[in-house]
Amino acid sequence: MAKKGWDEFEIGAMLRTFDGKIDDIAGTRQEDRAYSQNSSYTASVADWRLIKPVFNKDYCIDCQFCWIYCPDVSIVSRDKKLIGVDMDHCKGCGICVEVCPTNPKSLLMFPEQADEETEIANWPKKDEEEA
Amino acid sequence: MSEIKNIKNLKEFSTSADRFEGANLLCPGCAHSIIVREVLNATNDDMVLSASTGCLEVCTAVYPYTSWDASWIHIGFENSSTAVAGAETMHKVLKRKGRLKQPDRNPKFVSFAGDGASYDIGFQWISGCMERGHNIMHVVLDNEVYANTGGQRSSSTPIGSSATTSPAGKVSYGEKKNKKDLMGIMAAHGIPYAAQVSPNKWKDMVKKIQHGFSVEGPVFINAVSPCTTEWKFDPKDTMHLADLATDTLVFPLYEIIDGRELNITYRPKNVIPVEEYLAAQGRFKHLFKDEYKYLIKEWQERVDAQWAYLQRREESRV
Repeated sequence: MAKKGWDEFEIGAMLRTFDGKIDDIAGTRQEDRAYSQNSSYTASVADWRLIKPVFNKDYCIDCQFCWIYCPDVSIVSRDKKLIGVDMDHCKGCGICVEVCPTNPKSLLMFPEQADEETEIANWPKKDEEEA
Repeated sequence: MSEIKNIKNLKEFSTSADRFEGANLLCPGCAHSIIVREVLNATNDDMVLSASTGCLEVCTAVYPYTSWDASWIHIGFENSSTAVAGAETMHKVLKRKGRLKQPDRNPKFVSFAGDGASYDIGFQWISGCMERGHNIMHVVLDNEVYANTGGQRSSSTPIGSSATTSPAGKVSYGEKKNKKDLMGIMAAHGIPYAAQVSPNKWKDMVKKIQHGFSVEGPVFINAVSPCTTEWKFDPKDTMHLADLATDTLVFPLYEIIDGRELNITYRPKNVIPVEEYLAAQGRFKHLFKDEYKYLIKEWQERVDAQWAYLQRREESRV
């Protein structure tokens, strides 16, 4: 379907989240869903972000606190494991870093332009005083 | 379908497939979407949803996008509750007449509204739904201010808070009236279940939501939703503010069953002084000036009195 602009929809149009029929939404993962162009899943708010979370899986204990407390459904968790951050939908609020219980934290905020691999290589060491 | 979803721990909960999408236009660090996600993920059943005018509605349905993966409607400031109540009645009647295409599916009817749409504008409509006994759940996202229109006071705004229609300054300390006890009012309708929840206590919240889905009749849920813009704190501290709200007992977590039986569901191990809760927010900044310091003491006394009242209600079982 060709992408419609905001002034090309009919007045009072009903927006459908999915293309075609979907029976069991609660049992279908986001990557398996046929989102239509009207779902905000297809949009991006990445340009809101000034700082971004970087995920270091070496220290992650898969407690899923970041998953439940993420306001933007941006923490991607599959089979009880945290696999990454959805950078299209993350607004960079930093809640995930605040609720992360590990020492050192497995999620940290860096400036948007920072290089992820360099930051992971220079990850802070365990903070003895805090523990 | 329609059996209660088994959620023992957070790892198990994290296997839920979200039905609320990102790239909504809520502020970074907004607690509204955390609450919505916890409610939607508490069940695998179909959902019929509505939202009153307010932050949640204007930010999740910005034309031509929608952030909802379930049937969702916005119709007015006051009548999100009546909209789902109408849908619920239609579902019930069609089921009775045998005209439903999939009669084995039992959708859950949930309406979301902010505190302005529940405490003030939609008050009469919610009261009507509670009185008529629809099988719906009404969730209040209580951020204690009309955040969507720029921070006007609502009847949920607590004493001393500086809102744009009750600003603090040389002659005033801000809002002068105490927060309305909507929980008490709703429980007085004799509804089967009313509860206060907080997004930081996810397990308590999911338990209450699931209980609300399992009972027949109207359910009222009041959720505290720290607002980074109007409470004036850093977006990353949303969960810290929710922690403070529950641990200082400013927002105690309890439930009222059948309008009578009150249970306190969360007792903080260390009760934090209310002063810390006030100090964390910009809207109470002026209370720390010498001339208004007496208000902090009054706050503490009020919170203590309310906690004592709740405990006595719980003990007396009336």
